[in-house]
Amino acid sequence: MKKTYNVEVDCANCAAKMEEAVKKTAGVKDATLSFMTLKLKVEFEDGADAEAVMKDAYKNCKKVEDDCEIFL
Amino acid sequence: MNAKQKRVLKRIIIAAVLLAAMWIAEEIITDRIVEFSKGKKYLWLIPYAIPYFVIGYDILKKAGKGIIKGQVFDENFLMAVATVGAMALADFREGVAVMLFYQIGELFQSCAVGKSRKNIAELMDIRPDYANIIIDGKIERVDPDEVEVGTEIIVKPGEKIPIDGIIVEGNSTLNTSALTGESVPRDVCTGENVISGCINMTGTIKVKTTREFGDSTVSQILDLVENSSMKKSKSENFITRFAKYYTPAVCYGALALAIMPPVARIIAGYSPMWGEWVVRALTFLVISCPCALVISIPLSFFGGIGCASSKGILVKGSNYFETLASTGIIVFDKTGTLTKGVFEVTGIYPAKGFNEKELLEYAAYAESNSGHPISISLINAFGGEIDLKRVSDIHEEAGHGVCAMVDGKKVLAGNIRLMLTEGIEVTDEHDEGTVVYVAVDYTYVGCIVISDIVKDNSKAAIGILKKAGVRKTVMLTGDSTRAAEIVAEQIGIDEVKSELLPADKVKEVEALLDSKGDKEKLAFVGDGINDAPVLSRADLGIAMGALGSDAAIEAADMVLMDDDPAKIGLAMKIARGTISIVKQNIVFALLVKFACLVFGALGFANMWIAIFADVGVMVLAVLNATRALRIK
Repeated sequence: MKKTYNVEVDCANCAAKMEEAVKKTAGVKDATLSFMTLKLKVEFEDGADAEAVMKDAYKNCKKVEDDCEIFL
Repeated sequence: MNAKQKRVLKRIIIAAVLLAAMWIAEEIITDRIVEFSKGKKYLWLIPYAIPYFVIGYDILKKAGKGIIKGQVFDENFLMAVATVGAMALADFREGVAVMLFYQIGELFQSCAVGKSRKNIAELMDIRPDYANIIIDGKIERVDPDEVEVGTEIIVKPGEKIPIDGIIVEGNSTLNTSALTGESVPRDVCTGENVISGCINMTGTIKVKTTREFGDSTVSQILDLVENSSMKKSKSENFITRFAKYYTPAVCYGALALAIMPPVARIIAGYSPMWGEWVVRALTFLVISCPCALVISIPLSFFGGIGCASSKGILVKGSNYFETLASTGIIVFDKTGTLTKGVFEVTGIYPAKGFNEKELLEYAAYAESNSGHPISISLINAFGGEIDLKRVSDIHEEAGHGVCAMVDGKKVLAGNIRLMLTEGIEVTDEHDEGTVVYVAVDYTYVGCIVISDIVKDNSKAAIGILKKAGVRKTVMLTGDSTRAAEIVAEQIGIDEVKSELLPADKVKEVEALLDSKGDKEKLAFVGDGINDAPVLSRADLGIAMGALGSDAAIEAADMVLMDDDPAKIGLAMKIARGTISIVKQNIVFALLVKFACLVFGALGFANMWIAIFADVGVMVLAVLNATRALRIK
């Protein structure tokens, strides 16, 4: 299952860090964040609960980059 | 500029004015009252701290938060350590200036990115906001998402067609430039299919929708362009990985620079010179900021993709730019790609004693009742009105042709087998296309050759590709060898493989893939409807005529919206232009940074040079990156 979210982040390096943080979240198979379009595309593992996973992913993002927002 | 950017701008101006004021004040006071300033340099910390906090409080805050969360090595940290260090060493001006220029750089970068985003949004300004439907005799605006398939919608002049459909009432002229980059308007009338995203220019039309909004051309295109920056190129991945190791490496480097030389000096019995080495380490930190690379590479690709979109070339990801730039072999499908896929009369060969007009007239009349593409091309070539009263007793001989009475004479029109079965002696034979032989009252009158005609731009397209360094061009077709050879000769293609079944095409492409080196890439260009397997097998699949064809958008990596093969050359140019900009930025930024790092470590570069190496390089790299949007 794939989902796309809008994000807000100020710098390209921060975007890369967020991408890394989302990728590492349990239940996420793969993730790409495009700094240019401010869109985060997440591919979830089979059977993962997207909403719960994204909450964790959001927390992980906040950890690496405080100044960011994911519109869930 | 948005509110956030304006706030930063205000802070920059206030801090700059304050810094200048302090600077002048310090110069005047230190000059006049030499006594006062002796040994009291640190008194200036207080006035300089005001602009410092005005400009840098958020960076300090972020750095602090980062440290608490264990995220030490980022740009905020670099800047905070460098400037706090400078202030501690009583280099107040430099401390404030580094923070000030860092913020100017950040603001510039954020404006440049915002502008590119806006530019591309404008290029792709095809999203319709509403659809007009008739409810109880009144026209009402609704969200296109809510319109069901089969609903009749009204499109007034000046409006965008919101959903794909077929015109049921009215005529108009459409502007398709947003989709195809083609500026010539297209005339449409009742019964024709129209695609969403076109702008209706002249008349009001009523369109019966054939798809939902989500499946319509416009949604698919927007989706494709928006997702294109998700498929990252090698250079982008390289930079991301690079930044991950680079920042910590530089931080440790700076730490080593601050500690090791003084310690070594102590051991060797010299004075340690702590201050000097700490300054060098801080300079080192300022230089090292990776922003220039991290922002300019995706920005270049984004610009390149936007530039291509505006010319009717949709690319599904920046990685395909890299493939396209190193394409050495291009394989074309014939029908619909290099040729128009429409049959036209290309040769009229009357037998002795007859003229072209007579021959064509007999053929057109005999075929007047048929809807076959060949018959239509004959009737079109004849051009005149068909008087149906002159024709009677039309018989279709399946697989052979037709037999009809025209002006009381028995006319046979069909292939060579028809002539043979009827015992008619054919005096000349042609095989360069589909041939219709005509006999009147069992006398051979002549033959007409009908073939698929080559697109106007095909020859030029091959020429452009050759010039662009494509080593080999190949044409694959299911058509007869003779017909294929004629097309190949006309457009100057290198190699032809004819009479292929769809599965053979895959085999041919695979053989070509095996024959080339790893670095050289192979692109396949097809019209997308039946070429999906080959499109996905090639290194780069380029689909033609994506307008309305889902299969093409799905299978291809790149889509040419207006069927023009010459756009491949243009796409290569844009791809190469973008990649050369990316390379320029990587090389330029790294060279300047490394040079400054070395000078900084050796003590030749002061804080001002460091500021240039950080902000100056970033501004130049971003300016260079925005050029990608304007490649012609």
